[in-house]
Amino acid sequence: MTNTSRKPPALIIATVGALLFLHVPLAIILLYSFTTDDRTYTFPLPGLTLRWFPTAWARADLWQALWLSVKVAGVATAIALTLGSLIALAIYRSKFFGREAISFLVILPIALPGIVTGIALRSALSLLDLNFSYWTIVVGHATFCVVTVYNNVIARLRRTSASQIEASMDLGANSFQTFRYIVLPAIATALLAGGMLAFALSFDEVIVTTFTAGQQATLPIWIFSQLVRPRDRPVTNVVAVFVIAITAIPILLAHRLTSKDA
Amino acid sequence: MATSSPTRKSLWHRLSTFFYLRPGLTLAAMLAAPLLWLGVVYVGSLFALLLQSFFRLDDFTGQVVRRFTLYTYSQLFTAANIDIMIRTSGMAAAVTLACALVAFPVAYYMARHAEGRAKAALYLAVLLPLWSSYLVRVYAWKLILAKEGIVSWFISQLRLDWALDRILQLPVIGGPSLSVSMLGMWLVFVYVWLPYMILPIQAALERVPQSLIDASGDLGARPAETFRKVILPLAFPGVVAGSIFTFSLTLGDFIIPGTIGNSSYFLGQAVLSHQGTAGNVPMAAALTAVPMVIMAVYLIIAKKLGAFEAL
Amino acid sequence: MAGGGSFAPPALCRKPREAAISHSPSAIVTHSSSSPAPAVSFVNVSRHFGEVKAVDGVSLDINDGEFFSLLGPSGSGKTTCLRLVAGFEQPTAGSIQLHGEEVANLPPYERDVNTVFQDYALFPHMTVGENVAYGLMIKKVPKPERDKRLGEMLELVRLPGLAGRRPSQLSGGQRQRVALARALINHPRVLLLDEPLGALDLKLRQQMQIELKAIQRQVRITFVFVTHDQEEALTMSDRLAVFNLGKIEQIGSPAEVYEHPATAFVAGFVGVSNLIRGEIAQAITGSAQTFSIRPEKIQLRDLGQPVSGDEYSVEGRIRDVIYLGMHTRYLVELSGGSDLTVVEQNLRTTSMDVLAARGRAVRLVWQKAHVRPVGN
Ligand SMILES: Nc1ncnc2c1ncn2[C@@H]1O[C@H](COP(=O)(O)OP(=O)(O)OP(=O)(O)O)[C@@H](O)[C@H]1O
Ligand SMILES: [Mg+2]
Repeated sequence: MTNTSRKPPALIIATVGALLFLHVPLAIILLYSFTTDDRTYTFPLPGLTLRWFPTAWARADLWQALWLSVKVAGVATAIALTLGSLIALAIYRSKFFGREAISFLVILPIALPGIVTGIALRSALSLLDLNFSYWTIVVGHATFCVVTVYNNVIARLRRTSASQIEASMDLGANSFQTFRYIVLPAIATALLAGGMLAFALSFDEVIVTTFTAGQQATLPIWIFSQLVRPRDRPVTNVVAVFVIAITAIPILLAHRLTSKDA
Repeated sequence: MATSSPTRKSLWHRLSTFFYLRPGLTLAAMLAAPLLWLGVVYVGSLFALLLQSFFRLDDFTGQVVRRFTLYTYSQLFTAANIDIMIRTSGMAAAVTLACALVAFPVAYYMARHAEGRAKAALYLAVLLPLWSSYLVRVYAWKLILAKEGIVSWFISQLRLDWALDRILQLPVIGGPSLSVSMLGMWLVFVYVWLPYMILPIQAALERVPQSLIDASGDLGARPAETFRKVILPLAFPGVVAGSIFTFSLTLGDFIIPGTIGNSSYFLGQAVLSHQGTAGNVPMAAALTAVPMVIMAVYLIIAKKLGAFEAL
Repeated sequence: MAGGGSFAPPALCRKPREAAISHSPSAIVTHSSSSPAPAVSFVNVSRHFGEVKAVDGVSLDINDGEFFSLLGPSGSGKTTCLRLVAGFEQPTAGSIQLHGEEVANLPPYERDVNTVFQDYALFPHMTVGENVAYGLMIKKVPKPERDKRLGEMLELVRLPGLAGRRPSQLSGGQRQRVALARALINHPRVLLLDEPLGALDLKLRQQMQIELKAIQRQVRITFVFVTHDQEEALTMSDRLAVFNLGKIEQIGSPAEVYEHPATAFVAGFVGVSNLIRGEIAQAITGSAQTFSIRPEKIQLRDLGQPVSGDEYSVEGRIRDVIYLGMHTRYLVELSGGSDLTVVEQNLRTTSMDVLAARGRAVRLVWQKAHVRPVGN
């Protein structure tokens, strides 16, 4: 299929250049987390230090934001897992009128600009005179996380032959037993992958959260406030490094779990 | 046969049979919760938004008047708002164009030259930034583009300060420094959305069969001609698919203009400020209709160009 | 209990069941009260998918312990029939009974029927042993008993020692046996097989045909066997039904169906037949009634040779000769313009001889008794 014989040098340069463009900025953040400079972003770094790591560790507001983000992402992921796999299973097992409409509905929250989803939820909340809370953040996040679970599960189901389910029922297993012994093992890693991506998506989300959070600050909201008005530059650097690391892990794992589905 | 005796069958078993014999009900039961969530809560919210855009803000009391009016929409077309729309769409177009140009060689290399492990590694190298923290990636550029930061340092090392100053003095794209200029903002947008462009192009290119390229070669086409006449047209749906992401994401973003830009507003920022500080939710709602209309038009064109087979 | 070292687990050797007393009128019409109810009974069953009439008014009785084949071309509704029996599809009209019991409201897992799927449908995340014992695990059969029956079953399908493997580590033929064992271990009263040999190469296919037949004799379960291969259906079945466009064209023993095709379709589909109609039929038999004649029943004679009173004959010219090793196929063009196929065994002839026959004028002769008038 591929043509390895001739690789035009210009093509290689352009590729390497684009990849460096994608990755070097992240390395620079890592570098900056060791700077001794706490007022500007001076380069070259005036000196190197490890002291911002313990400083960040000791910040109660960071821990609070982190904990809120984890709680939101956890619950949003759980909801997304339930709704996403229900939709995938329903769409997979039967052809019905409106199938297309439902898959469209699932994709809508990420297809529309985040700001539309955000302000729509906000205006609904205000029309209903509901207060902003932890739960309003969760509702927003779960809405756009459904699609990652749905996509992963439906891709896996499409690779699984439908006759396995029939075979199981043929051999005496009722629907629940069939789900437990056949369907669940088949989609387990897809669920795990979808769940991890949903977690990463929620953990990182800021646009919708801006509209659905009241006074609570998730970790991205905290970082956003630092972007607009940098007050704790060195601590922000450390947090950024932490976020890069923590989101890379589920992404790499999810990729491994589903690399055969592509 | 154990089948007909109703004794000693678990509740689950009977429940399973009940639903098995009623496929329509089963479907309804499975879809009830998801539809309630997405169909009622989410789409309901979208309608609430639409509804609000037909209300208006009373300028004296600062209260929303809940009565149908097109007044808010008519207010969309003030000079300031049109300015914002043009600025945002222009940026979205410039970003899309740049993403396509940068993404194409990478996607081409991934699809047609890389194999095995190298291909998997490349794929991951594009996927990882796509999923990793958007905010942190924006933040990285705040460091990089800062006046005292790494880009300025490099340019001064190369003794090219004068060139940078010239560029920054240009109208529209310039500014006091890269970190508060349209040029810088454009750079960050391209960086952040680039993976969204690479992957669809790569997927489209993967689908160009080698035999087609060989056939073109056999017919006497030079490589450049094959590229222009065969590969490019077939990859084009991928470019359009990618551009849907880059365009839509740029239209709705308020983080990057708020972080890197100067004081001139983008759509997202306008929406944010209308609903926030100004408390003018009807105006904010009407403004969100703008990116949606632009995207709808864009999607219709994209569909005409056959972009959806590449998604 | 037949514990004397036989492969067949005890419950596999069951007595035919006494007929269930049925009050349904169809039961009274279709069979006398003294004989056991058929294993599978279709009464006017239809299954339509929108416009497509996959199964269209099929009535059919399959006897207990019978090897019964559903034969027909692709898309004729065989699989749909099987799925109706298994419970994966519900009939749009008509009624289906298993051993005299109406099954309309029974889901697949409550029917005493097991299926060998065309793609085998083995569970990829389970070992061969877990696959085969799946039905027993679901029925909560205790582990020791389960293992014992698993061992017996793997022996029956000649796969001992493979219990620990994954389906992906098996050959096509081995997978097929696992699928068979997985269905048989539950001692179903009816086993449904959907083109189980379709994916195997010719040698393996012929070997499995013999084995399947042997297993069926041993376990004495009703086999309902779907195939589009007429040779397979003829060699294996006790009786068969020929399907076309969702309808049954003919039911009968292989010999009946082969020798007395009821319709032109059957004559053409089961074996090769020459269909002769209209004026040519009139010229040969004296009647315009369409009739069929098998290629192997026709003799080639020289023009001068005599024809006896119990024979029909017609003249033609050999248009083409296909030498097939064991026999030779001739295409003979009749004066009316239509072609007849003639097959002769190469008893004395060599390839040189037969190929030289091309273009020769010949007389075709066959026994009047071999002519089958057909409908349509
Ligand atoms: N679920 C379905 N939805 C719509 N049409 C169907 C469905 N199942 C079967 N059909 C149609 O019903 C007809 C009969 O199909 P069936 O699978 O029973 O044929 P078959 O005799 O088994 O053919 P083959 O030898 O190719 O397996 C076909 O025209 C098929 O397209
Ligand atoms: Mg079939």
